[in-house]
Amino acid sequence: MAPGAAVVGTLAQALGPAAQYAIGGLATGSLYALVALGIVLLYRASRILNFAHGDLATFATFVAFTLLGRGAPFGVAVGVGLAGAAAMGAGFYAVAIRPIREGTLLGQIVMTLGLALALSGLMQVLWGAQTEVFPFPLSQTRVYRLGSLVVSEISLGTIAAGVVLMGVLYALVQRTRIGLAMRAVAQHPTAAQALGIPTRRIYAATWALASALGGAAGILLAPVVYLDPFMMLDPFLKGFAAAVLGGMDSLPGAVVGGFLLGVAEALFAGFVSLTFKTTLAFVIIIVVLLVRPQGLLGREYRRRV
Amino acid sequence: MATDLLERYEDDLALVKGAAGWTAVLALLGALAVAPLLLPRLGLGYLLFIAVLAAAHVVVAVGLNLLVGVAGLISLGHAGFVAIGAYASGLLMARVGVPWYLAWAGAAVASALFGFLVGLPALRLAGPYLTIATLGFGIAVYQVLTNWTALSGGRMGLPVPALPVYVSGLSAMQHLYYLAVGTAALLVWMAYNLTRSHVGRAFVALRDSDIAAEVLGINLTRYKTLAFGLSAAYAGVAGAILAQALRHLEPQAFTFLESITYLAMIVVGGLGTVSGAVIGGVLLTLLPHYLSDLKQWLPVVYGGVIMLMMGLEPLGLYGRWVRIRLYLRLWPL
Repeated sequence: MAPGAAVVGTLAQALGPAAQYAIGGLATGSLYALVALGIVLLYRASRILNFAHGDLATFATFVAFTLLGRGAPFGVAVGVGLAGAAAMGAGFYAVAIRPIREGTLLGQIVMTLGLALALSGLMQVLWGAQTEVFPFPLSQTRVYRLGSLVVSEISLGTIAAGVVLMGVLYALVQRTRIGLAMRAVAQHPTAAQALGIPTRRIYAATWALASALGGAAGILLAPVVYLDPFMMLDPFLKGFAAAVLGGMDSLPGAVVGGFLLGVAEALFAGFVSLTFKTTLAFVIIIVVLLVRPQGLLGREYRRRV
Repeated sequence: MATDLLERYEDDLALVKGAAGWTAVLALLGALAVAPLLLPRLGLGYLLFIAVLAAAHVVVAVGLNLLVGVAGLISLGHAGFVAIGAYASGLLMARVGVPWYLAWAGAAVASALFGFLVGLPALRLAGPYLTIATLGFGIAVYQVLTNWTALSGGRMGLPVPALPVYVSGLSAMQHLYYLAVGTAALLVWMAYNLTRSHVGRAFVALRDSDIAAEVLGINLTRYKTLAFGLSAAYAGVAGAILAQALRHLEPQAFTFLESITYLAMIVVGGLGTVSGAVIGGVLLTLLPHYLSDLKQWLPVVYGGVIMLMMGLEPLGLYGRWVRIRLYLRLWPL
C-alpha cells in the first residue's frame, strides 16, 4: 500500500475517537467558559483578578449540597447556593476591596488570596476534607447515540445549561439598564460616576453576578468530579487559562477560550497524555501571551506610565 | 537619641547603626549560637527542628520578598522553586553522592535556572498575567514531581541521605541547626546589602513603574530575569535545608497552599523589607506549633490575618514597629 493511503486510513480511524473526545471536551469547555466569564466580568469592571473565584463557587456547591441533604427540592437548593455565593461576593467587595480600592494591584491580589485561603479553610472545618457524592438529577451512565458517537446525559445537560446561562448573561449585559451601567463602569468609572451611575453598587452587583456564575459552574461540575473543598482549584485555573486565551477584557472571548481549551485538553488527554493535561493549559497561556498578548478576541494590549 | 547625628559618610552607609544596634545584633547572633546547646538541657530539644524549619522559611521569605516586595513581580508558584531546590539537593546527594555543600549550591543553581526561565516571559507579562503564569509554573512542577516517578520517586517519596557530623559531641540536629541558621544569616545579610545596591534600586524602580524605569535606562530584560533568578536561588537553598530537615521528600510538601503561605509570611512581616520577611518567616513557622489545638482552623486564621494585614497595615509588622520606634523617638510630641 502507498504510504499516502496509510496516512489517510489512520486519519479516518483517528477521527472517530477525536470527535468522541471533542464532545466530552465541549462539556468541560462550557464549564471553563462559565468560570472564565466570571473572571472576565470582574477583571473588565475593576482590573481585579479574583483568586477566590473558585472557592466562592465551591461554597455555593456545598450550600446546595447541604440543603439537598435536608430534603430541599433541587431548584431551591441550587438557588439558595447561588444566592449565597452572590451575597458573599458582594459582601467581600464591600468589606475588603472597596476600602482599599486605591490600593495597589499587589494589595488587591493578596486580598483575594486571603479570602480564598480563609474560605477553603472554613469549608474544610464545616464540611470536612473527605469527598462527597453530589446528587444530580441527570445521570452519567445513561447515554445517547449519535451515529458512532456516544454522549452521556450529563454532558448534554452541562452543555445545555452552560449555553443557557451564557445567553442569560448576554441578555443581562447587553439588553438591560443594569448591564448598560456595568459596561459604562467598566469603560470609565469616573465618567460613569459623574453621569450619576451608582458605581459602588454596580461593582457590588458585578461581584455578585460573577460569584453566582462561578457557583453555577461548581454545581454543574460537582456530579462529574466528587465534592470536596478543593474541587474548584483545577477548573478555576483552567477558567483563567480560558480567559487569557480569549482575551481578559472580552466576554465572547471567555466563551470561545473556554470551549477551545476544553476541546484541546480532551484531545490532548486522549491522544498524548492524560497525566500532563493540566500542564497543557499553562503552555497555552504562555504561548498565547508570547504570540498575541491581548488574547484571541481582546482589544489592543497597551499600558501607560 | 543623641546618636542620630551622623558625622561621617560611612556612618550613613553602615548596615548596623550605633552602639544600640550593634548590641542588638550581637545579642541576637549570640542567642542563636547558644540556643542549640541550651535548649536540649531545658527539655525543649524539639524546638531545634522548628528552628531549622524557621531558617528555611526565612530564606524563602527573604528571597520572595526581593521578588514581590522589592521588584513588584508577584509569584504564586514559589513552592515550585523550593521543590526544585529540595529535589535537586536530594538527588545530587542520593544518586550522585556529592557532599552537602555542593548539593546546596547545586540546588541554588538549579532553582535559579528555572527562575530565569520563568522570568523570560515576565518581560511580556505584566501584573495579573505574570501571576497566573507563576501559579501555573508551581502546579506544573508539582505535577511533574508526582508523575515522573523515575526521577522523584513520585508519591512514594525520595529519601535524603543524612549529613556527616563534623564536630563530635554535637547531635545531628544541632549540626543541621548550625548549618541552616548560619546559611540563613548569611543570605539575610546578602539580601540587606543587595536592597541597598544599584541592583536593589533598579528593582524598586521596576516595581514602581517598569516603563518609566526603562526610559531611565534600566535594562528590563536583565533585571526582571535577575529578580526571578535570585529569588529562585534563595528558594532553592531553602528547599535544600528543608530536604535535610525532613529527610524524606514528597510532592505533597510543595503545593499551591505552601506558595500562599510563603506569600502570607511576607505580607504579615512587611512587604519590601528584609526585616519584615525575617519576622514573617519566623512567626508563621512558630504559629502552627503553638496553635496545634486549632490546627483545622489554621487556614482560616492565615486567610483572615492576610486580609486584616492588607486592610489595616499594608507595611506589615515591621512597618508597625518602625512607626512605634518613630513615636518613641519623637515622644513628647
